[in-house]
Amino acid sequence: MPTSTPERELDLESPIGGPPLVHGTLPRWAPQFTLVTAIAAGFALFAVGTAVGLAAIAAVLLYGLAIYSWSRPIEGARKAKDRVVTAIVASTFLLALLPLVSVILTVVSRGVARIDPAFFTFSMQGVVSEGGGAYHAIMGTLIVTGLAALISVPIGMLTAIYLVEYGKGKLARAITFFVDVMTGIPSIVAGLFAFALFALILGPGVRLGIMGAIALSVLMIPVVVRSTEEMLKLVPNDLREAAYALAVPKWRIIVKVVLPTALAGIATGVTLAVARIIGETAPLLITLGATSGTNFNPFDGRMATLPVFSYYEYVNPGVPPEPSLQRAWTAALVLIIIVMVLNLVARLISRLFAPKTRS
Amino acid sequence: MAKRIEVKDLDIYYDKFLAVQNVSLTIEPRSVTAFIGPSGCGKSTFLRSLNRMHELVPHARVEGTVVMDDQDLYGPNVDPVSVRRQVGMVFQRPNPFPTMSIHENVAAGLRLNNARISKGDLDELVERSLRAANLWNEVKDRLNKPGSGLSGGQQQRLCIARAIAVQPDVLLMDEPCSALDPISTQAIEDLINDLKADYTIVIVTHNMQQAARVSDTTGFFNLQGVGQPGQLVEIDDTTKIFSTPANQATEDYISGRFG
Repeated sequence: MPTSTPERELDLESPIGGPPLVHGTLPRWAPQFTLVTAIAAGFALFAVGTAVGLAAIAAVLLYGLAIYSWSRPIEGARKAKDRVVTAIVASTFLLALLPLVSVILTVVSRGVARIDPAFFTFSMQGVVSEGGGAYHAIMGTLIVTGLAALISVPIGMLTAIYLVEYGKGKLARAITFFVDVMTGIPSIVAGLFAFALFALILGPGVRLGIMGAIALSVLMIPVVVRSTEEMLKLVPNDLREAAYALAVPKWRIIVKVVLPTALAGIATGVTLAVARIIGETAPLLITLGATSGTNFNPFDGRMATLPVFSYYEYVNPGVPPEPSLQRAWTAALVLIIIVMVLNLVARLISRLFAPKTRS
Repeated sequence: MAKRIEVKDLDIYYDKFLAVQNVSLTIEPRSVTAFIGPSGCGKSTFLRSLNRMHELVPHARVEGTVVMDDQDLYGPNVDPVSVRRQVGMVFQRPNPFPTMSIHENVAAGLRLNNARISKGDLDELVERSLRAANLWNEVKDRLNKPGSGLSGGQQQRLCIARAIAVQPDVLLMDEPCSALDPISTQAIEDLINDLKADYTIVIVTHNMQQAARVSDTTGFFNLQGVGQPGQLVEIDDTTKIFSTPANQATEDYISGRFG
């Protein structure tokens, strides 16, 4: 640690004074100017053009070094560190954004070609090469995911209510532990569980939509429990006490005070849990199989889903492979769009239900 | 309306820890009884034992009797919910329900219990409760706005309106003004004076001037030492407590020579 210079020390003798309140500051354009210079220098160092990554790394390092050595003598050590940390935070943010942007760009550029009415209205029944669509897979995904949500949301919410409002002893601790364990279950294991369960009941080799829904709900329940639990814990105890003091029975307090207060957060949590499972492939591969026709009945026969559809179109392309590959990318794009819409819906819900403080 | 409460040899435990020891007193109907004393001496615990709210803490229990007009609140087969129907409570921090409007907040005691009441009667009850809480004129034009949009003092009066809307016999107040500015405090104290005509009021306060201003009877709680249970040192007419208390500890506390 650098020690402070003598003239900066506190002067207790004189009535006024002490360290000056005014410090030097860099001009407002300093960060932008340094950044542009650093980027230019980085690309000059690795001018080849192929080494964009190296140039970017060099630019970041140069920027940090330059802004620190510029700011240190003028603004002092604290401000200089602040500028460096700001640079680090910003660059790690960009780094984290990189894969997301890259995935979206790739999927959109390759999948946008088949975003046409046929894709949303036709199944793959009798389609060999060109044409066809993912109507059956979109419907399958919506039905299976909807069923999974229908199973998971009540179980998960009731579990969370038990844990927050009632559970105190060993049982609650055991449930919390097993929910944590469930969170870590690999999705393929969930699929195998559903497959084994139905093999025991209906015999081996059976494939049903409901099996997929059960496999997905194994993955979804712990997410719903966790998010609901956190939201219920956020409800201030004051509100529960206020309701108790009005002679309201406990179950009514939970139903009419606690749940409405936490509803926005719970809805967001559920939507995010749906978004988490809607793209699962492995468990659906085992439990649903694949089919080229439309099947609306989850209790009878195989069903197609978007992730599995995308997978099969990619690994088993038709004779000219291009139409299949295009369908695979478009299916992925549709899946991303569904998840995005779900996220928007979650935001809308949380805005609609959030407790209002102003008019 | 307005009932007498007789407390006899009351010990309050949190699991094995004895929090309040050996309290015996009588709370007169249509009067204001104030409890003062240092932090942690069991005033709030005692107050909450009067409507069995302290039981919300796991393993909390009492020994002794609390009799309200010939009914033992801790008798066998007594439902805490029915006790709270007769003994309402106002808390230190205003806590209106954030999901509800002002109107719904006042009606909450009935609505949450699914009471069958016509809309006209409900509106009348809300108006009567808000008028009783001196809040009607400030909120009558925005009854459908959220209750949490009001100022702290208004929120506290909203909570009082909510508490009296269910027409309890006794109203407990746990430091109702400690989060409020002097003007709002004044409003609440005036309100307590008005409510005294209909209700038995028990108030816990850290503000001795407030106890002297609003109460008819004052009780002083104290601790013998750290880890010791709180005890009721003295209870008497407020004028007597603040002029010639019988106990030296009371005098020390009131005159600021405490500790």
